Amino acid sequence: MNYHWNWGIFLQQVSSSDETFLQWMLIGLGWTVAVSLTAWVIALVMGSIMGTLRTVPDRRLVLIGTAWVETFRNVPILVQLFVWFFVLPEFLPQDLAMWVKQDMPFKEFLTASIALGLFTSARVAEQVRAGIQSLSRGQRNAGLALGFTLPQTFRYVILPMAFRIIIPPLTSEFMNTFKNSSVAFAIGVWDLTFVSRQMVEETGGQVIETLAAATLLYFICAMAANRLMRFIESRTRVPGLIIAH
Amino acid sequence: MHQFDFSVIPQSLPFIWQGFLFSLTLTLTAMIGGIGLGTLLALARLSGGKFLSRAAAIYVDTLRSIPLLMVILWCFLLIPIIFGVRMGAEKSAMITFTLFEAAFYCEIIRAGIQSIPKGQINAGYALGMDYRTVMGNVILPQAFRNMLPILLTQTIVLFQDTSLVYAIGASDLLHAAEVTGKTFNRPVEMYAFAAIVYFIICFSLSTIVKRLQKRIAIIR
Repeated sequence: MNYHWNWGIFLQQVSSSDETFLQWMLIGLGWTVAVSLTAWVIALVMGSIMGTLRTVPDRRLVLIGTAWVETFRNVPILVQLFVWFFVLPEFLPQDLAMWVKQDMPFKEFLTASIALGLFTSARVAEQVRAGIQSLSRGQRNAGLALGFTLPQTFRYVILPMAFRIIIPPLTSEFMNTFKNSSVAFAIGVWDLTFVSRQMVEETGGQVIETLAAATLLYFICAMAANRLMRFIESRTRVPGLIIAH
Repeated sequence: MHQFDFSVIPQSLPFIWQGFLFSLTLTLTAMIGGIGLGTLLALARLSGGKFLSRAAAIYVDTLRSIPLLMVILWCFLLIPIIFGVRMGAEKSAMITFTLFEAAFYCEIIRAGIQSIPKGQINAGYALGMDYRTVMGNVILPQAFRNMLPILLTQTIVLFQDTSLVYAIGASDLLHAAEVTGKTFNRPVEMYAFAAIVYFIICFSLSTIVKRLQKRIAIIR
């Protein structure tokens, strides 16, 4: 193995700008976190709605939820990203399409967040549905018998329980969101993966240092997500009902 | 609105087919290699050996907590440095996916083995069988039957993940769609086509798996 180690590379300046490679990495980390968190919010909102729809008595609503999940689950995230970025603007009226293609602020960031968010929402929806179905039917009937409407039963009886039950699987989906956000590089988001590829090129092949730093930062993101969810889990635990780990 | 011209699709089909064949080869290679290596890892994790089970656990946990794209880049860029040989993106992808998927298959297989009652292992030993016979003839056949639907679901995920070889320029289905889209100046149609192809394949496979899941009774 003939490799020129240089861990000091991070303090060197990028030839084409006045930033150091360390600053580049931190910018990459910033965009990775921004895309992942935005996507996670979208995934939670849409996933909760679609997952709940799959458990209501109305057949049409169930169908909408099912179609949503199957669509976003059966196409690879990278392909979905390209569809949002290249294909969907073509369906817009001409003026709007021009604006989206040329003037929309943070175009890459928003596209990546929406694509990743909806992709993840299908997985969240499956967990929400599983959580709701794991509750005994008596809970729903009890809510209705007390005079709650169906939406009220979901809001005050079913969902508060279901969400607590599914926190562990949601934790791994949250961690997956950080990992999956790495596809954002493909449409030009300056995330960790984008910066790594750029840095390997700029430094003439400091592969190990670059990838080690990026991998470590991804790892830290995933762990932070894990800790945060564990914290929420411990704070929201229903005493006596859900077995402590 | 854009003027769509889908006549580009029949023209590009031979090239797309080549790309699809690579995606399929990559999926099958990683599935077979991954299940093989994953079984060994699972047995290592469940073995009493302290060093062996720890080493397997570290391997699995590390790969499961970093993005696949990073692993793809590591393998592609690092192998030439370590071994001094340039390796094509296709070969590099096969090695990466086998190593990476093994970690995911390992956890599925481990759960599968643990779903078989411990008494069966003891019964096997009591009958005078050795470890290999107990695992190979008693435990693993039942475990694999129990976890078949999950293994297949993981393989559908794997098939979707093969599109990530885009990052190192290996010519898979997505890459073929992109290249023909650029050649015929119809990128929009080709991206849409790729999405539809992926959807049809994954949706049909997951429907089949769902049916299978209902038919296979879990052995306990």
